Amino acid sequence: MSASVDGGYLDAAAALPLSSAAREALLAALEDGWADPSRLYGAARRARLLLEGAREAVADVLGARPDEVAFTGSGTQAAHLAVLGVLAGRSGTGAHVVHSAIEHSCVLAAVAHAAGEASAAPVDRLGRVDAASFGAALRRDTALACLISASHEVGTVQPVGAVAERCGRVPLLVDAAQSAGRAPIPTGWALLTASAHKWGGPPGVGVLAIRTGTRWRSPLPADEREGGRVPGAPGLPQILSAAVGLQAAAAEAASEDARLRPLVDRLRLGIAARVPDVEVVGDPDDRLPHLLTFSCLYVDGEALLTALDREGFAVGSGSSCTASTLEPSHVLVAMGVLTHGNVRLSLHRGTTESEVDRFLSVLPPLVARLRREAGAEAL
Amino acid sequence: MSEVLTVDCLGRPCPVPVIELARALPGVAVGEVVDVLSDDPAAALDIPAWCRMRRQEYVGATERVNGSAYRVRRLV
Repeated sequence: MSASVDGGYLDAAAALPLSSAAREALLAALEDGWADPSRLYGAARRARLLLEGAREAVADVLGARPDEVAFTGSGTQAAHLAVLGVLAGRSGTGAHVVHSAIEHSCVLAAVAHAAGEASAAPVDRLGRVDAASFGAALRRDTALACLISASHEVGTVQPVGAVAERCGRVPLLVDAAQSAGRAPIPTGWALLTASAHKWGGPPGVGVLAIRTGTRWRSPLPADEREGGRVPGAPGLPQILSAAVGLQAAAAEAASEDARLRPLVDRLRLGIAARVPDVEVVGDPDDRLPHLLTFSCLYVDGEALLTALDREGFAVGSGSSCTASTLEPSHVLVAMGVLTHGNVRLSLHRGTTESEVDRFLSVLPPLVARLRREAGAEAL
Repeated sequence: MSEVLTVDCLGRPCPVPVIELARALPGVAVGEVVDVLSDDPAAALDIPAWCRMRRQEYVGATERVNGSAYRVRRLV
């Protein structure tokens, strides 16, 4: 992690600054990787070599073949192309989509945009989809199934393998944005998407992997770029940086997992012990290594975020008052848990034990003050 | 049918409906109910969640002209 992360940044699930490996690669690539890789002269051949090297590196981490991997402009664009392209390629089968109730909004937006009909598979109180009920929602006209690898809001790992088995011939799209570079990539996917700025690569790079044999047709006017999957010249320097960043993240994923899990456990136990009337949500064990979500009864989420920001802590939230809509997070709604006063903490390579302890000492008086101000302290 | 104590939280965002519910419930006898009137979509989750945390009974919601009435029975 570079020095540009201030202590108190606990929103790694939204974005990370460039890792030092990714930064070095970006600077080198700005010098060396500027030419258009589709041309036939020397500088272009060099660019093409670099691009294909990046593709191989990313494919290796994701468990894909290089020719299955395309680079996009973001994780969102990758998810949009995945959904729209399968619906275009499998229109003969139907236009029905099955997805978990806790997909990222970019997947839900693409489904709402292009699917004829959609079924949401429910999750339990811990935020885990049930493979049997997911399978029961599949129909003869189901063109696509979508399941996030692990919840981006509460961290609960999803039964991707068991769902993939039930999908049979229906291609399964797995949004692995929170897992890539941190946790094992599940198997059984037909399409996989990820986002570089969540693993310490630069913003502006997403990954779309499509298994050979999956029926997919470009929903956009296609050109020769990225195997006909993503039109327009790829951002080569950022892609090279993203690939190096992913390799670096994957190389230390196991040791970071071992370091971050106890810190998240410390937060989980500490928050529950020190703050009364808190609901810590998500699976306590089978979860992402770096993410913890809790809701504080009687507390306004926006007020809590603002107060934490004043103490130097950057955190996420699924409370309705912190979003652009009036609706609470669809993930918390699907789980049936408290939605107000919600905070999502996501840790990273730069997060230290003393930072965690400072959070644990700052949070209880803040929550107590906000409850007092709302006239809710003795309720 | 006796009149039900109704807490009007129309136009007031969460966590206000839950706070008002917590204030009102001790005012009724154990076994009696309180209705919380709210048009905040978050109330549909937060009122049942509050009941779970406080070991009270969430009876259910009925749609009204404005928002919904969330009924809670005092158990403790």
